[in-house]
Amino acid sequence: MMHPEQEVLLGVEESAATPAIESSGGKSDGPAVILRGLHKSFGSQIVLDGIDLTLKNGETLAVLGRSGTGKSVLLKLIIGLQKSDSGSICIHGREINRLHLDAMNEIRKKMGFLFQQAALYDSLTVEQNVAFPLKRHIKMTESEQGDRVKELLAAVGMEGDLKKMPSDLSGGMQKRVGLARALALEPGILLLDEPTAGLDPITAGEIDELILKLQEEHDVASIVVTHDLHSAKTIADRLALLYEGKVLIEGSFQELEKSDDAFVSEFLQRDS
Amino acid sequence: MSHDARIRHRWISPAAGQALLPMSSTLTSVWILINRLLEWFGDLGLFAWQVMRAAVRRPFEGRELIRQLDEIGSKSLPLVALAGAAIGAVLSLESRSSLVRFGAKSMLPAALVYSIIRETGPIVTGLVVSGRVGAGIGAELGSMKVTEQIDAIEASGVNPFKFLAFTRIVACILMLPLLTLAADFCAVVFGWIAETLVEPVSFLRFINKGFLGASFSDFVAPTLRTAVFGLIIGMIGCFQGMRTQGGTAGVGFSATSSVVLSSLFVILADVVLVKFILVFFS
Repeated sequence: MMHPEQEVLLGVEESAATPAIESSGGKSDGPAVILRGLHKSFGSQIVLDGIDLTLKNGETLAVLGRSGTGKSVLLKLIIGLQKSDSGSICIHGREINRLHLDAMNEIRKKMGFLFQQAALYDSLTVEQNVAFPLKRHIKMTESEQGDRVKELLAAVGMEGDLKKMPSDLSGGMQKRVGLARALALEPGILLLDEPTAGLDPITAGEIDELILKLQEEHDVASIVVTHDLHSAKTIADRLALLYEGKVLIEGSFQELEKSDDAFVSEFLQRDS
Repeated sequence: MSHDARIRHRWISPAAGQALLPMSSTLTSVWILINRLLEWFGDLGLFAWQVMRAAVRRPFEGRELIRQLDEIGSKSLPLVALAGAAIGAVLSLESRSSLVRFGAKSMLPAALVYSIIRETGPIVTGLVVSGRVGAGIGAELGSMKVTEQIDAIEASGVNPFKFLAFTRIVACILMLPLLTLAADFCAVVFGWIAETLVEPVSFLRFINKGFLGASFSDFVAPTLRTAVFGLIIGMIGCFQGMRTQGGTAGVGFSATSSVVLSSLFVILADVVLVKFILVFFS
């Protein structure tokens, strides 16, 4: 059986010499992300069955749906952690499905990913976690790096916990640090996998406010996978509801509320 | 009734058919086992290819390599030294009684040194390190895999095959020969201590007699063959860790399988390498 890492690495390769993404945060004039006819199955289980979505620059799209509808898989396909069976994924105009690993890594540097459980490196301190991408991708002195880490942690309200280990942090604090790490390389696209899952309503609200603040300050395009309808309503410009591997409906919260579809109505009522 | 079924019906009585059922299920089990084994070797080959490809690309992760050299080398030193000392003392005591019986007591230092540097030191080091380091790598990478830390490394544009696997494998390859030297040294010293407690002999005389018949090739080839043990331990530990599935049970399985498989392959490699060394270096 092949693993996701191997799948990506063994994919048919495009030349590594393809032009790098220009401008800050990898932004271009076109949409940030375009998904067309995306299919993904695990064995006989079809998870995504022809997803079509577009994310504009600076926009926040919330992806909703029942558990197991492939929301997290969708994010992993976009960042290349898993490979789609068919369909196209364009990041700032570049098709990633056939990219060479080095070229894919260049694109990944322009994207930030907040994992569901934050996925902080448990052998590193908070400071080292946030410094991890900086150390590897940006040439800067130790003091510049230290200042940048402090700035990022201050933005998420964690500047006082530099030397703590991830195991010493609560779930909400871990997500804040994860968010700071995701923003370290000033990404043009932010992928957030259930940023408020497992948090109490107050902490969830704080995380929402933090995401809104960061979106205003950094002007990033974000895809937020969530079950939390209140959170989606607060932070998203547009929502997409997945059902049976397809986008059932897409639009603003008001547009979703007006839908006659029985599943959409039930989903909104159950969650509200 | 199909043609095959008609044939079975004609030639195999119901009782014989019942008797053949367990055999058929055994054959199926064996077939599944062979398939899994081939699949494992195939995946290991792919993994090794990914690591080799990652190894030749910049950046070379020097800091992480140094950290792993410390983690795998320095921190294994006390255990390896202790194992070497114990083996040296036991070999000395056991060999003494046997050699006395054959009137060859004076051969004790040479027998001890020769057996330690040729076989006992390398294999004991290989097995001790496969226990400590193999389990450590399997559990650490397994835990990182199930908590999505490896995905996080990859998502931040860093190649996990290089950052996690290559550094550990190289550290194992470089550290095993050095740890073997430490084990050899402790074994010889404690062999002398055990001998001198029974019949006092100076350390210099013991060493002189011990190394009298030994040549440089007796020493170099067996010590360097532990670099192959290091490759096996590092490769299997990383491979088992990075393919972990499931939760804590999966991590436990990765740690255990890393130790079992790396120990098994170290022993098998020892057999092959001993023959190789005998042919080319003796």
